[in-house]
Amino acid sequence: MEILEKKMERTAILNVNPLESEAIYIFREVAAQFEKPVLLFSGGKDSITLVRLAQKAFWPAKIPFPLLHIDTGHNFPETIEFRDRLAEELGVELIVRNVQDSIDQGKVVEEKGRYASRNSLQTTTLLDALEEFKFDAAIGGARRDEEKARAKERIFSVRDDFGQWDEKNQRPELFDHLNGKIDLGQNVRVFPISNWTELDVWSYIEKENIEIPSIYFAHKRKTFVRDGMIWSAEDDVVYRDENEEVEERLVRFRTVGDMSCTAAVLSDAVTIDKVVAEIRDSQISERGARIDDKRSEAAMEKRKQQGYF
Amino acid sequence: MEDSIDISGSLVNQYLSTINQNRMDVLKIATAGSVDDGKSTLIGRILYDTKSLTTDKLEAIETRSKANGFDYLDFSLATDGLVAEREQGITIDVAHIYFSTKTKSYIIADTPGHIEYTRNMVTGASTSQASIILVDARKGVIEQTYRHFFINNLLRVKDVIVAVNKMDLVDFSQEKYEAIKADFQNLIAKSEYKDQNITFIPVSALQGDNVVEKSEKTPWYSGQTLLEHLEELDAQDVYEKAQARFPIQTVIRPKKDEYHDFRGYAGKLYGGEFSVGDEVTVLPSLTTSRIKEIYFFDQKFETAGRGSSCTITLEDDVNVSRGDMIVKTSEKPQIEKQLTATVCWMDSKSLNPGTNYFIQNGSTRILAKVKSINGTITTDFSGEDTSKNELKLNEIGKVQIQLSKPLAFDSYKNNKASGSFILIDSQTNNTSGVGFIE
Repeated sequence: MEILEKKMERTAILNVNPLESEAIYIFREVAAQFEKPVLLFSGGKDSITLVRLAQKAFWPAKIPFPLLHIDTGHNFPETIEFRDRLAEELGVELIVRNVQDSIDQGKVVEEKGRYASRNSLQTTTLLDALEEFKFDAAIGGARRDEEKARAKERIFSVRDDFGQWDEKNQRPELFDHLNGKIDLGQNVRVFPISNWTELDVWSYIEKENIEIPSIYFAHKRKTFVRDGMIWSAEDDVVYRDENEEVEERLVRFRTVGDMSCTAAVLSDAVTIDKVVAEIRDSQISERGARIDDKRSEAAMEKRKQQGYF
Repeated sequence: MEDSIDISGSLVNQYLSTINQNRMDVLKIATAGSVDDGKSTLIGRILYDTKSLTTDKLEAIETRSKANGFDYLDFSLATDGLVAEREQGITIDVAHIYFSTKTKSYIIADTPGHIEYTRNMVTGASTSQASIILVDARKGVIEQTYRHFFINNLLRVKDVIVAVNKMDLVDFSQEKYEAIKADFQNLIAKSEYKDQNITFIPVSALQGDNVVEKSEKTPWYSGQTLLEHLEELDAQDVYEKAQARFPIQTVIRPKKDEYHDFRGYAGKLYGGEFSVGDEVTVLPSLTTSRIKEIYFFDQKFETAGRGSSCTITLEDDVNVSRGDMIVKTSEKPQIEKQLTATVCWMDSKSLNPGTNYFIQNGSTRILAKVKSINGTITTDFSGEDTSKNELKLNEIGKVQIQLSKPLAFDSYKNNKASGSFILIDSQTNNTSGVGFIE
C-alpha cells in the first residue's frame, strides 16, 4: 500500500523538462507580445521540434500563427512533401516564398562554380516576405550550440529595417523577463530552442515520437565525394565535376539545409534510437557538415549581420 | 478527481523515464574573471577534458593556435566567438557554452570581467544557479574579485566556486592558495547572504590540474576537482523553492466545438507546486477560486511542479487576463503601487529621478516613474555613496519607483522570479536596467 501511494504521488506530478518548459514559455510570450508572429519552417528537425513545442504551448487551441517556408528551390523533395502534409494536419496556414522569384526579379544573383549555393540568397527572400506580410516576429529553430556567433544570440533578437543583427548592441536578457517592445519597421527573431543542443533535439524527437522526413534516416543514395564530404548526386542541384565519381552509399543527413550545401554522412541508423545513439557518439559537430560555414571562420557572423538567421 | 489522474498515462511515464534516462538535469553556471584570469582557457579545458570538443572544433583550435604562434593549444579559442573578440583577444559579450556528462547537461554563461561590463555579469548570473569566480594565483584577491563576488551576492547565486587559477605559475604553492582563501574569507564576512555555498579549488586551466582530473601537484589539497564539485550540485534547484507564483502569459480559448467552454490560463509556475483543488486568489483583483484542472499539452495532472509551463482551469468563471498572477490564497505576495529596489543600470543614458520607464516583471508591463535615487552602492563592499542621485551605466543603487497600477511582487530574497524586474526605456525600447525588490 505504501509503495502504491508513493507511486501515485510520483506519477501524478507534472515533472519538468527545463528546456521544454523554457521553449513553451517563449512561444507564449511571442504570441502575447507581438501582433503578427510567424514560424519559420524549413521541414528540418529543428523547425519540426518548434512546431511540436508550439502545439504544446497553445493546446487545445491551434497554433496561433502561420508557417513560412523560404524555398530555395533546391530542397530535398522528401522535405517538401513532409512540409505540406504537416501543415495540413495542423490546420495552420503555410506560406511559401521562393528564392527563384528573387532571382527572376533580379534582386539576387545566383552563385556560380563548384561551391554555388542558394543558402545565402535566402536572406533577401526572407526579408521581403517579412515586409510583405508585416510580420513583426519571426520564430526560428537556431540553437546557440550550432556555431560560435550564435552562442551570443539573444532569445528575442531585435533586427532593424534591413534585418541586420547588431551583435555589439544587443538587449540584455535577464531572468524570464523578455522585452519584445520594438519600433514600427523593426522586427524580432525569436529562438525558443536557443539552449538546446543537437542531442537534446534528437532525444526530444525520440521521446515525443515526432515524425521527421525520411532523409534523416539511413538510406541508399547516389553520392560523390569532394573535400572529404559526401554529396548527393541524385539530381543536378549540386555541381559535380565529370571526374567526381558517383557511387551508391548508405547515408543519412544530419542537417537538412539547401541540397547544394548539405553533406550526407555514412550511417546505418535506420531508426530514431539508432540516430540518437549515433549523435551521442559522434565526433564531428553538426555544422561540420555545412559547407557554407567552412568558407570562412567568421562566415556565420557575417551572414547574420546581413540579416540571415 | 478520478478522471484527473491517469497513473498509466503515457506522458507521465515518459517524463519519469526521461528524467532518469535521456533527459539529464540542466545546470546553469555563470563564469566571471578579469581580462587575463584565463577564464576562456578554463572553459576550453573543461570542454576538452570532458571530450566535448568535436574533431572539427579541435582542428579549428589547433589551426588557430599555430597561426597565432602558440606552442600549446589555446583553448580560449573554443569560446571567443565574435570577430572583434578574436581581434582584441578578449570576450565582450555573454556567450553560451554547452557540454554534458553522464549525469548532467551544463550551460555556461561566459561573461566578461572588465569593470565596464557589470551588466553582462549580472545578465549571466540572473539565470545561473552556480557561479565560478576566477582568481589569478599570482595576483590574489583584487578589486575585480570583490566586484564579481558582490554581483553573485546581489543576485543570490546559490553556489559560488572560487577557482584559484594559474597555480602552475606559483609552483602550486599551498601558502599562496591559503593566503588567497583567507583574503576571500574577509569578503565573505561582509556578505549579507549567509546561505551561499562557497567552495575553493586550486587549479591550472592551462595544464588541466584539478579541473576534471585530480592533480598530483597539489597533494595538500584533499577537496574535489572542479567538475567533481559541479557534478554534485543539485540541478533540480534550477527553479528555487518559494511560495508558488503563476503569472498568466495568455488565456487559451480554443474556437473548437470540442472545447467550446474551455478557458485555460497558461503560464510558467515559479517557486512552488499547484495541485487540483488548491484554493487560489487572482491578483491584483483578489478574486478567489479553486484549481479545477492542470493541463500539460493534452494530458491532465494532479500536481504541477516548480518551473512547469502548464495551463490551468478554475472552478469559477472569473476574469483573468495576461499580466494577472494566480497564487495560493494562503500565500499572497505584496500588491503595491510603489516599491524600493536595488537597480543595476545597463544603459548609456543615465537613470534620473522623475523619468518614466516601463517596468516589466514576466508578463506584466506597467508604466512607472522613478521617484528618487538614494545614492549608489559600490560594488567592492566599501559601502554607499549617498550624495549621488543618478545612476550611470554599470552603476548600482537604491531606487524608489512609483507605479501607474498595482503590481503583485515579492522581495527578491524570497522569490527571484516575482522579486525582480527590468526597466524598459519608453523611447528607445531598450532594456535599460534590472531591479531586485527589497
